[in-house]
Amino acid sequence: MAEIVLDAVTKRFPDGALAVSEVDVAIDDGEFVILVGPSGCGKSTTLNMIAGLEDITSGELRIGGERVNERAPKDRDIAMVFQSYALYPHMTVRENMAFPLKLSKVDRATIAAKVDEAATVLDLTQHLDRRPANLSGGQRQRVAMGRAIVRSPSAFLMDEPLSNLDAKLRVQMRTEVSRIQKRLATTTVYVTHDQTEAMTLGDRVVVMRGGVVQQVGAPQHLYDHPANLFVAGFIGSPSMNFMPGTLAEGALQTALGRVSLPDRIRSALESAGAPSEVIVGLRPEHFEDVALVEESKRAAGTTFPAQAEVLESMGSDKYVYFSLSGDRASSTELEELAADAGTAELPSGGNQLTTRLSAASTAAEGEKIDIWFDAAQVQVFDPSSGRNLTA
Amino acid sequence: MAVVATPGRKAGWSLLNLLVIVYALIPVLWIASLSFKPTSSVTDGNFIPRELTLDNYAGIFATSQFTRALINSIGIAIIATALAVTIGTMAAYAIARLNFPGKKLLIGVSLMIAMFPQISLVSPLFEIERAVGLFDTWPGLILPYITFSLPLAIYTLSAFFREIPWELEKAAKMDGATPAQAFRSVIVPLAAPGVVTSAILVFIFCWNDFLFAISLTSTEASRTVPAAISNFTGSSQFEEPTGSIAAAAMVITIPIILFVLFFQRRIVAGLTSGAVKG
Ligand SMILES: Nc1ncnc2c1ncn2[C@@H]1O[C@H](COP(=O)(O)OP(=O)(O)OP(=O)(O)O)[C@@H](O)[C@H]1O
Ligand SMILES: [Mg+2]
Repeated sequence: MAEIVLDAVTKRFPDGALAVSEVDVAIDDGEFVILVGPSGCGKSTTLNMIAGLEDITSGELRIGGERVNERAPKDRDIAMVFQSYALYPHMTVRENMAFPLKLSKVDRATIAAKVDEAATVLDLTQHLDRRPANLSGGQRQRVAMGRAIVRSPSAFLMDEPLSNLDAKLRVQMRTEVSRIQKRLATTTVYVTHDQTEAMTLGDRVVVMRGGVVQQVGAPQHLYDHPANLFVAGFIGSPSMNFMPGTLAEGALQTALGRVSLPDRIRSALESAGAPSEVIVGLRPEHFEDVALVEESKRAAGTTFPAQAEVLESMGSDKYVYFSLSGDRASSTELEELAADAGTAELPSGGNQLTTRLSAASTAAEGEKIDIWFDAAQVQVFDPSSGRNLTA
Repeated sequence: MAVVATPGRKAGWSLLNLLVIVYALIPVLWIASLSFKPTSSVTDGNFIPRELTLDNYAGIFATSQFTRALINSIGIAIIATALAVTIGTMAAYAIARLNFPGKKLLIGVSLMIAMFPQISLVSPLFEIERAVGLFDTWPGLILPYITFSLPLAIYTLSAFFREIPWELEKAAKMDGATPAQAFRSVIVPLAAPGVVTSAILVFIFCWNDFLFAISLTSTEASRTVPAAISNFTGSSQFEEPTGSIAAAAMVITIPIILFVLFFQRRIVAGLTSGAVKG
C-alpha cells in the first residue's frame, strides 16, 4: 500500500524526443487512476517510469513518500500487467504465478498457498498445470493478473491490459479488474485507450496530450467540466459536437441559430474575458426532438430545423446525424483529435452534428425535423488557447 | 486456389524425394560398403561386397593412432563447442538487446572473421602457436575453433534472441528478477532451440575441420581424426589404406549422428507461442 507522487516528471529520449513533460500527479493510497490520451501521448512512457523500466530524465517520483528515481524495478515493490500479457511460455500457469514469489525467496508452502488463493480469485484453479499457449485470451489475461496479485505489491500498473480481448470478454474482464482492485484496495495506475474503461473503472482520470497532462479529475467531472477543447473532444463517445460561434451582447450566433445564454454562462464568459469568435461545444445527449420537450422548457433552449441524414436506432435511443452549414470549427486540438480518431480524411470532415434523441422521436432518415437543445449545456472555448471559458 | 493433392502429384513428389535421398546417400553407402570389404576386393567395383569382413575396423582400433585421435577429436570438439556457445550466447544477447558503443564495429569484425579465408591464416597461426607454445596442444586447436565458429554462433543466436518478446524481460524485471536471473530463467530457456542449433553447427565445424587439424598438430598429443586419417598408411607401401579410411570415416560419422539426435529433441518449434497474444 502506498501513494505514488509524480513531481514534474519528465522524459526525454536519447534521440531528443520529449515524450513526457513535467507531469504532476499525486495518486492516493488505494486509488485507481486511469491514464488516457491518443496514441503516442506518453501514457506507456509515464507508466514505465513509475515501474522503473525507463529512466526519469528530470523530476522526482516518490512511492510511499520515498524518492525512487534511482531504484531498480525489483526494489520498488510494484507489479505490472502488460498489454501482451508477457507470460513465460516455458512455464505452466502455476510456475508463471509463482515466479515473482520464487524470486523473492518465499518458502514453498507459502508460494503454493498464495498461488492457490490467487487462482481461486481468478477462477484459474483447473488450468494451473497448463501452459500459456493452450489458454484462451481471457485466461491468459487472468494469469497475467494473477502473477501481479500473488505478490501483494504496493501498487499495480496496467498498460492497456484488456485491449487484446474481444469486445464481450473485455466487458467481462473490466468488471473483474474493478472487482479485484476494490477487494485488494491496492493503488493502481491503468493505461487505456478505451472511453468506457476510462469512464467506469477509475476514481480519477488523467488526460494526456503530447506528453502534457491536460486535466486530472473524477470521470464525471471531466465529462461535465472539461478544462479545454482537447479534453472535451476526447472524453465522451460519441464525442462532443463543435462549431464556430460569435459572441455578441450576451448571445451566441452559431450555425444552429442564435442562442441566448443563461446568466451563469454569460457571467463566466465575461470574467474569463472571452473573445468574440469562439468555439461552441454541445454533447449529443443535450439535443432533443422538440416535440418531446415540455412547452415550459422550450424557451430555455434553442430550436432549429434540420434534415436528418442518417438515423441509427439503438432501441433505447436514436442517434440522428445532420450536416452543419458553414465552416467547421478549427483548432489544432480538434485536428489532432480528428487525426487520432481517423476522421480527418472523411468527406464530411467532422462538420457533422451528432445528436441523441429519445426513442419516442419520430425522426426519419431524409426528413426534416425540429431539434431543440438546452442553452444551459453549451460549452464555450477559446479557439486560440483551447481553454474552456464556461467551466 | 488450393493445391489439390491428387494421387499423381503425390507420386511425383515421392519420386523426387526418393531421388534426392538416393543421391545423398549413395556415397555414404559406398563408403560403408568399402569399409566392410577385405583389402583384396576394394577395387573390384561391386557395390554390395561379395564377402564381409570387420578387419578394417579391427585394424584401426588396433593401434593408438586412431583411438587417440578419436579422443582428441571428441575432447576438442566438445570443449570448443561449449565455450563458443557460452560466449556466443552472451555476445548475441548483448547484440540483440543492448545498445553499446562499438556495437556496429563488433558485428562488422565478427562478420569479417567469418568471411576471411582460413587458409590465409594458417601460416601466421602456425608461427604464432610455435612461438607461444600452443602448437600441437588441445588449446592450440580449441582457440582457432572458437574464433572461427563464434561469428556463426552469434549470428544464429542473435536471430533467436530477437524473436523473444522484449516484454518478457520487462515482466521478469517487474517480477523482481535481476538481469542475470532474467537471462537465466527466462531468456536462455526460450532461446534453447537457438542454443542447440548453434551447438550442433559449431560441433560439426570443429569435428570436420581438416585444415587447422593438419597444420597445427604434429603428434598424437592433439591430432584429430580427420588429420589422423590422412596419415593412415597401408600395410605395405604399395597398398592404398582405402579400407581403413572408409572404416574410420564410418566411425567418425556416428558421434555426429548421436549428437544431432540427442539435441534434436530439444529443438521444439514454436516454444515462444503463448507468451504474447497469438
Ligand atoms: N525508445 C524511444 N525512443 C524515442 N522515442 C520514443 C521511444 N519510445 C517512445 N517514444 C516516443 O515517445 C512518445 C510517447 O510514447 P508512448 O509509448 O508513451 O505512447 P503511448 O501514449 O503509450 O501510445 P500508445 O497509446 O500508442 O501506446 C511517442 O511519441 C514515441 O514516439
Ligand atoms: Mg502505449
